[in-house]
This record gives sequence, C-alpha cells and structure tokens, in this order.
Amino acid sequence: MAQSLAAQRLPAHASHRPIGSRIGMSLLYILLAIIAVIQVFPLIWLLFFSLKDNQEVFNLSPFALPTDPKWENYAKVWTEGNISQYFFNSVWYTVAAVVLTVLLASLVTFALTRMNWKLKKPVLGLFMVGIMIPIHSTLIPLFQMFMKINLTDHPLSIILTYTAFNLPLTIMILLGFYQTLPREVEEAAVMDGCSVNRIFFQIILPMTSSVIATTVIINMIYNWNEFVFVNTFISSDGLKTLTVGIQNFIGQYTTDWGAIGATLMISILPILIVFFILSNRIMEGMTAGSVKG
Amino acid sequence: MDKVMSNKKMIALYVLPALALVLALIYVPIVLTGYYGLMKWDGIGAMEFIGLDNYSRLVQDSAFWQSAYHAFLLAAFSALSLIAYLAIALVLSGEIKGANLLRKIYLIPMLLSSVAIAQLWLKIYHPTNGVINSLLASLGFTGTIEWLADTKIVLLAIFIPIIWQYAGFYILIYYAALKNIPTSLVEAARIDGANPLQIAFRVKIPLILSVTKVTIVLAIVGSLKYFDLIYVMTDGGPNGASEVMASYMYHQAFRSFDFGYGSAIGFFLLLICLVVTWLIRKLTDSEEIQYS
Repeated sequence: MAQSLAAQRLPAHASHRPIGSRIGMSLLYILLAIIAVIQVFPLIWLLFFSLKDNQEVFNLSPFALPTDPKWENYAKVWTEGNISQYFFNSVWYTVAAVVLTVLLASLVTFALTRMNWKLKKPVLGLFMVGIMIPIHSTLIPLFQMFMKINLTDHPLSIILTYTAFNLPLTIMILLGFYQTLPREVEEAAVMDGCSVNRIFFQIILPMTSSVIATTVIINMIYNWNEFVFVNTFISSDGLKTLTVGIQNFIGQYTTDWGAIGATLMISILPILIVFFILSNRIMEGMTAGSVKG
Repeated sequence: MDKVMSNKKMIALYVLPALALVLALIYVPIVLTGYYGLMKWDGIGAMEFIGLDNYSRLVQDSAFWQSAYHAFLLAAFSALSLIAYLAIALVLSGEIKGANLLRKIYLIPMLLSSVAIAQLWLKIYHPTNGVINSLLASLGFTGTIEWLADTKIVLLAIFIPIIWQYAGFYILIYYAALKNIPTSLVEAARIDGANPLQIAFRVKIPLILSVTKVTIVLAIVGSLKYFDLIYVMTDGGPNGASEVMASYMYHQAFRSFDFGYGSAIGFFLLLICLVVTWLIRKLTDSEEIQYS
C-alpha cells in the first residue's frame, strides 16, 4: 500500500523538476535503452538468421527480416544431426548433477549449521576455498585420473566433476538460508524422539524449498552451459552434450547459416524459457553467490 | 538434543560424500598438477623427473608471456569496465521506471553458454554477411575489416563479446548492493542538501565498498583464467594473437601432448590467481563502513 502510494507520487514529483533535470532524465533513459538493445539485438538477429535459407543470408542485407520463415531448418538439424542426442545428454547430465549437488550440499550445510562437531571450521574452509580454484589447473590430472579408472568417455566423469565443482557455491548459498532458520522446531522434534534423518528429510529439507529452488536453477544453468569438461573427457559423439556437440556440428556445416542458427537457438531456448519464468530466483542466486564471496 | 545432534556416525554420513568428492576432484588434482609439472611426460608413457626444468622453460617461453600479457590486458579491460557497470547500476537504482525489467534484459547474455555466444559472434563479425561490417558499410565505410583474422584487432574483437556477456551480471550485483542501502541514509544526505552526484560518491559508493572489492576480484581473476569463448572463436589465433594462459595450457597438454609442461602452466596459473586474489584483498583493505 505504502509502496503504491509512493509510486503514484513519483511522476508528479518528477514533473516539478527544472527542465534541465528532465532533459537529463530523458538522456539517461535513452542510454539505458541503447544498452538494452545492444544486449538483446544479437539474439534477435540470431533468431532471424535461424529462419533464413542461404539465398537470403548471402544475397540480402543481414538486417532483412526472414520473409518466409524456414522452420524446416529446426526440423532438419533436429533429425539430421545428432542434436536430439546431444540435447538428451545435456538434460540428463544436468538433472543428475543438479540432484546430486543439491542433496549433498544440503546434507553438509545441515551438519555445518545444526550438528555439533569439532572440524567444522576447516571443513567449511575447504569448501569455500574450492570456489577460487581455476578449473584449468585441475584439468590434466582429472583427465589422467578418469583414464586410470576407465571413466573417460563415461557420463559419470561429467556428472561427478559438475557436482564437485558446484558444491562450494551451492553450500555457500544454502548456508545463508540455514543460518536464518529457527531452531525451535527441531528442538521440539528431538524432544519427541525424532532421528537425525527424520529431522533433516521431513522437517528441515521442506523448510528450505525456496532456497533449494534457487540453487537448482543456478546449478542447472552452469551445468547446461559447461564446455571444457565435456570437451576434454568425452570423445564419443553419442555421449556429448549440446555445447560440445554443436561445436562439432557447426564445424561440418560452416556455410549453412540457417542450420547453425537453428542449432544455437535450440541450445539456448531451454535456459531462456526458464529465465522468463523464474528470473527473480536466478537473479537472487547470482547475487547471493557473489556478494558474500 | 546434544546427544542426537552429536552422533558421529550421522555427521560422517552427512559430510563425507560431499567432502570426498571435493577432495578427490578439486584438491587432489591441484597437488597432482604441481607434481606433474616437475615431470617430462607425454601423458601416456613413463614420467621422467626433470625438477624445475618446465618452470625455467616457462620463464623463457615468449609465447607463454605473450598469452599472459593478453590475459592481463583482458583483466585490465574488465576491471575498467566495472566503472561503467557501477555508473549504470547507480542510475538504475535511482528513480528509474522499468529498472527491474532493464536489469533482467541486461542479464540475458550471461545465461547463455560461451559456445553459443562465441558461435553467434563469429557470425556477427563475419566479414561480408555480419552485422558489424554491414553496419559500417551503411555508414559509408568501404573497407572490409577481418575482425578475427587481423592480428592487430583480434584481441579487441574477442574482448567485446566477453564484456557483452558479463555486463549484466556486474550491473545486477551492484544494483542489489545499492538497493540494500537503507533509504534513511540517502534521505538524510538529501535533506542536508547533497546533490545526486555527491550522494553517489560520498554515501552510496563508500557503503558498497565490500561488494566492489568482490567484483574486482571476480573480474580480474575471472579474466586471468578465461578460456571458453576464446577457444571457440579463434582458438588463440591467428598466430597466437589472441592466446591466453588457459588456452595456451590446453594446447600444450591436449594438442602437443606435453602434459608435463601443460601441468606446469596450469600450476603457475593457479598460483597467479591465488596471489592476485590475495594482492587485491590486501590493496583494497580498509576499515569496513557500517550502516548502523
């Protein structure tokens, strides 16, 4: 109520300003709008050329609208290339790693904030320092380790590395929330003779569903977009994810812009759709992950 | 209460799976990188201990230092662009209608994979059918610029999409921090007759100093270890003109099969990142300002 009143008052307030200030405001709006156009235009242009054939791409202006949208570009890359296979791999690696990461991170965060033990500080320190380690410094040994245990070219190598490298950030986001949870509920539960497992799975975990949603989405975006690990550990085409798969695919179709555009659109659409539905949670997760750093 | 929550078995059960993964896949590899860096090794055959030879080679390797120079250039470029992001966030967090929508729009590129962004910008930079050269042509510019094939401009051409990718992320962080400042403080300054610029420089920016430090670390360290987009767009080329430390390491190990030397570069990269993080924290260390 108070907010809406304030919002109504603002325009009136603004119109009483001196003319110089109003020109200044208009310039600011124009500047902000230009930045917005720069951020979005490349994607709109991508959508356009994904719907063109080569004749339109090479003979007409790059700014021309696709007059007769070639949706068949999408059907073609989905069926002809391995795009559907890559897409499926991306989905299942992402889902498996997200579930594993969020579950393990929740267990650790519960133990760190609720249980009594001595090594809390060093263990928390290990997880937090993990955020700063550049993945490239671990790449060669990881490749060698997976070779030795026959996990190169195996989905597990990807799911486990995604999980390990996302655990620190996930724990960091969860910690902030767990620290605000009231203790009375679990104290009562302990009085009633509940086991640790029951307290965690039936009381705490449901209470943290909102922050879990945030970590799930952040993890999902990171895993979906990951490139280096799959590019290094996976060699069979049938096991590649979209990011690495489209890289190969595009290598073969360098001159077919419509096919390339359609492939890229297919790879980014899931993330864009999730963002349109859950943008506030994504923004919350991204700020939580860094502001505390 | 204490008894249930101090059960050692349960604590181990809750902590060890995650701890084991992080130790095995992050910490053990780091130690191994340092170890492999002392070896002459093609990744398949036997290792041969050569002491610090890889590191003395590193010190004399002009190609490596060129890649390090590029990475530090990107770091400087990213750090400087933070000023622009802060300015935009200051404007956005003021009385701007649609600020929420705008920061969402700014963030979109950050959500996309570097591979998709790289492939898209390859087309944007296309000499004849790309957006940029077409735009320049319509403005009356006649030459055809080979953005990614010209050793003099390729680095700049690579930096632009990186900035495009991350801008919304930093604006979002600054915006969230600025929105966290209690309005009473800003109001008090306004009543005392401070103009918007004074409020920005004397009140708002000092109050978000700790967040600013974090963004400086993120931007600089993130740049020093940057890889994905460069690997896809130019693969370090032409002729090493856009090579950075991480891509140089990758090429040495996985293309030239010089895993020992690659490991030495990887370990050096880790040291640089840690030292730079520590240095920035040290240099920007100051009394924390409290809201109260």
